[in-house]
Amino acid sequence: MAFLPLIKGVVFAAIGFLLGASATAGVRTLMHLDAWSIEPVVTMGYVLALVGWLLGIGVWDYWAREWLGLKPKEQVHIGWTRFLRFNTDHKVIGVQYLVTMLAIMLLAGLLAMLMRVELAAPGETIMNANTFNTTMSLHGIMMVAVAVATVMGGFANFLVPLMIGAEDVAFPRLNTLSYWIVPPVAVLLLATPLLGGFDSGWTAYPPLSVINASGQLLFLLAFLTFGFSSILGGLNFLATIMMLRAPGMTWGRLPIFVWSIFAAALISLTATQSVALGLLTVILDRVAGTSFYSAPNGGNAILYEHIFWFYSHPAVYIMILPAFGIVLEMIAHFSRKPLFAYKWVVGSFLLVVGLSFLVWAHHLFTSGMSDYLHLPFMVTTELISIPTGMVFLSGLGTIWQGRLWLRTPMLFALGFLMNFVIGGVTGIFLADVATDIHLQDTYFVVAHFHYTIMGGEIFAIVGALYYWFPKISGRMYAERLGVLHFWWLFLSYNVTFIAMFWVGILGMPRRVADYQPDMAGANLVVSFSAFVLGASFLVFAGNFLYSWLKGPLASANPWKARTLEWQTSSPPPLENFPSEPAVLGSPYDYGVPGAIHARLAPAGGSDGLTPQA
Amino acid sequence: MAIATRAPAHAIAPAPEQAVRHRSRLNINRLGLWLFIASDAVFFGALLSSRYYLQGVHTPAEVSQPLGLAITVVLLLSSVSAYRGETCAVHKDQKGFRRNILFTILLGVLFLGGVAMEWTFAFEHFPPHTGFGTILFVTTGLHAFHVITGLIALVVVFRLGRDGRFSHGNFWPVEGAVKYWHFVDVAWMFIFPTLYLVG
Repeated sequence: MAFLPLIKGVVFAAIGFLLGASATAGVRTLMHLDAWSIEPVVTMGYVLALVGWLLGIGVWDYWAREWLGLKPKEQVHIGWTRFLRFNTDHKVIGVQYLVTMLAIMLLAGLLAMLMRVELAAPGETIMNANTFNTTMSLHGIMMVAVAVATVMGGFANFLVPLMIGAEDVAFPRLNTLSYWIVPPVAVLLLATPLLGGFDSGWTAYPPLSVINASGQLLFLLAFLTFGFSSILGGLNFLATIMMLRAPGMTWGRLPIFVWSIFAAALISLTATQSVALGLLTVILDRVAGTSFYSAPNGGNAILYEHIFWFYSHPAVYIMILPAFGIVLEMIAHFSRKPLFAYKWVVGSFLLVVGLSFLVWAHHLFTSGMSDYLHLPFMVTTELISIPTGMVFLSGLGTIWQGRLWLRTPMLFALGFLMNFVIGGVTGIFLADVATDIHLQDTYFVVAHFHYTIMGGEIFAIVGALYYWFPKISGRMYAERLGVLHFWWLFLSYNVTFIAMFWVGILGMPRRVADYQPDMAGANLVVSFSAFVLGASFLVFAGNFLYSWLKGPLASANPWKARTLEWQTSSPPPLENFPSEPAVLGSPYDYGVPGAIHARLAPAGGSDGLTPQA
Repeated sequence: MAIATRAPAHAIAPAPEQAVRHRSRLNINRLGLWLFIASDAVFFGALLSSRYYLQGVHTPAEVSQPLGLAITVVLLLSSVSAYRGETCAVHKDQKGFRRNILFTILLGVLFLGGVAMEWTFAFEHFPPHTGFGTILFVTTGLHAFHVITGLIALVVVFRLGRDGRFSHGNFWPVEGAVKYWHFVDVAWMFIFPTLYLVG
């Protein structure tokens, strides 16, 4: 039965929850405390529920049995039910991540629509301030999860082993585990309104996050769990890229997307531990009565901001570096030219990784941190525009005198360049202390990070969906609808967020359900344009749903691209390639006479080694 | 194919000195564990930093120095026996392997007992809601959690080793568990001075 593993996971989770909750209540009774105090009971219940869920979904059957000297079971590798199971095939996990994250993205997008309804006119329109705060916070954290995991979980899983000529990732079972950790995160976040919601935003600053409704606890547990998934994913990609490259796939021949994943994985492996500590300390302050953030007892809330941003600023590079990789990949293939300044781009990626750990305190310019820290963090932050600028120039240099093939993915790549330059330039005003003091916590900040993450990364993700859809699904999407979606999204997106810069400069604070009546006109423009933007995703969803079921069959290499994933069938077979590819040259030598990227054994009858002009 | 044969030699020649071979499973596992250790080290680094951020170098006079030193010695000794256990496994000395791993587990449990003693003592002088108490309980608690996971790994390895499974040459589970144990030990080498000796 298809749903059996899921049912088993849920049942085990329920048993785990009951065990954890009642054990906690028992211990608390012995300690003469209020036995059923909700937060400690829920926390321990959740920890065991998570263990139960993972064991039930397949960790026991396919893995943990080994630890007791038993033989693990055989996996199911055929039929659609493999997507609902513990399956170690990186392509299955990639699709699982993509579908899950797109569903969360559409849901979080709907929450944004609700916020814009509330903000379309001043005063209370459809929800009270508390509901607005929870809506805003949920939109934030769900979109952060989407921004982190759609590429690092979805595309990286599907593509990295294919692009480096490997059969799978270095730790396939760990990979499966990191996906199955995600559904409990989604359940917890969606359950937050049941316990009063949470009004802290996705940043969860104490002291508010220590004293507010219990929905906050569910948020903290969800974020902490998601961090584990991110760490395991980062570890897996680093090991995969370092150890499983096909013969001849030297570091200098790696597709740029793989390099970007390598750089992002370095960040998610290390920095995520810092936010894990931040969230854990807030949980302990709530549940165990410690006083990290309680000033009367020697705590200090600024500590949280340091720990939190030590992860969360590098985390924006977990989001944007793979987007750079995707965009450069598409620009090279659709410009039919070698990627300009490949080595400089790789150096820039690594420089971004290094600098990303030295900029966090620019989020604290107005927090009350010591003044002498302002200047150094302003300088390091502005330094980061050097490597990002080099990436940008590589894109422009590749397009320069190229013969552009303006299919949907390329349109999104060009849209990315347009949007990201606006996001980058407006960032300078926030890195600069003098202007930041005025702009901090206004809609200018909201518009800025939407320009980098939505106009930047989400445009890259949507472009990547069009680009790799034929490889993943084996079918072709409808090109005209793709082009329609691009222009619809691009125009409505820019109207929405340019107007948001304006209300931000006027001083409208973010994360507040109401505003001064004199900003009504500009906010109505933002709201109306946001609805148009939201509607464009109907075209997107309709196109992909229809094409996946009924679209025309795609060939192995519809873009005539040179990278390895296009040299095997669409979708690729379980073992990816008929035999191990031998890599002979750069993936981007379009137009270089006689250049070859890789040679595949003729067993599959693939002509993948034919150089593409 | 045809075009490939026409290509100039430099364009298609593989770079043998750089050619990447499939590394053995063992090397992949080793790398994975080191990456995990690097990641976990950041966690402890942030934890120790928060001690200095919140408390500076202030250490209450009531902190029990003899107890701290005693559990440090116990944990250091356990790393020695863990190393001996691993070496015995590689040399196919079943008895030595079992004896040393068992001894390591006992020392680990003894360490946890020492931490528990420290906790009962700390509850009187600096309970968890005070400034130093927060740091002490959370730091030792999270380290003890790592010790417990390390003990579970050692118990699993000990059980598997009883069937003579490691006589076939696959020592990775032993090596992995012991390396992790060393890491937990090294982490304590930073925690001990941070909690007991500074100030």
